[in-house]
Amino acid sequence: MSLIFSAAVETTHAVEHAAQIDWISVFRLIGTIVSMAAGLFFVLAGTVGVLRLPDFYTRLHAAGMTDTLGAELILLALIFQSDSLQMVLKLLLVAFFLFVTSPTATHAVGHAAYRAGLKPLLGEYRAPDLEEDKS
Amino acid sequence: MSPFMGYFMLGSAFLIIVSMAMMLGRLLGGPTLYDRLLAVNSFGTKTVLFLCVFCFIIGRPDGVDIALLYALMNFIATIAVLKFFNYRALDVELPSRNVTGAEDVR
Repeated sequence: MSLIFSAAVETTHAVEHAAQIDWISVFRLIGTIVSMAAGLFFVLAGTVGVLRLPDFYTRLHAAGMTDTLGAELILLALIFQSDSLQMVLKLLLVAFFLFVTSPTATHAVGHAAYRAGLKPLLGEYRAPDLEEDKS
Repeated sequence: MSPFMGYFMLGSAFLIIVSMAMMLGRLLGGPTLYDRLLAVNSFGTKTVLFLCVFCFIIGRPDGVDIALLYALMNFIATIAVLKFFNYRALDVELPSRNVTGAEDVR
């Protein structure tokens, strides 16, 4: 906590009036901490889900959903901390490509497993109609 | 970067590495091919995140380009491995769609 306070006070030395708090730096610091903590929570929860869940489709659910949200939150935390516009644009590009490709890859893996006839552990399973489906 | 933010980024990178190491367990001991493929895909996403955080730690913004390249390569590698294990070959002709006849186009 004292480290947080010192980091907030350190930014105030650049301001002319020493008693005035630099609210933009405080907002960036809090945004970074909150986003990074939430992103790390989602990433670790997805990893534990992939390790512990009993079935392929449930593991796919855990990994696919939490990886997208966790990655976006961690990249948002880095965007809060970046100083130059170039860095912000690069991180936005990485976030965009992860946002597009991660659900697509998850859907491709799940669809391939369904087409290959991998059964879920519980519940109803309808075999895919392989002769009709030429997609 | 303030010293608090440096330690914070170091801890975040360490937690991402822990998550990657846990994902290796599913990669090595997955019962089916698709479990391993899912683990590889998730591992690649975490690699991209670790590269971005590591670039902030060492203070060089060049590595974000490598992270971007790795994100795209990870997606293409996943699709290529899926296609290989579906068709058992990489240069297979995909089922063609009839372009001229309008009735076969779905």
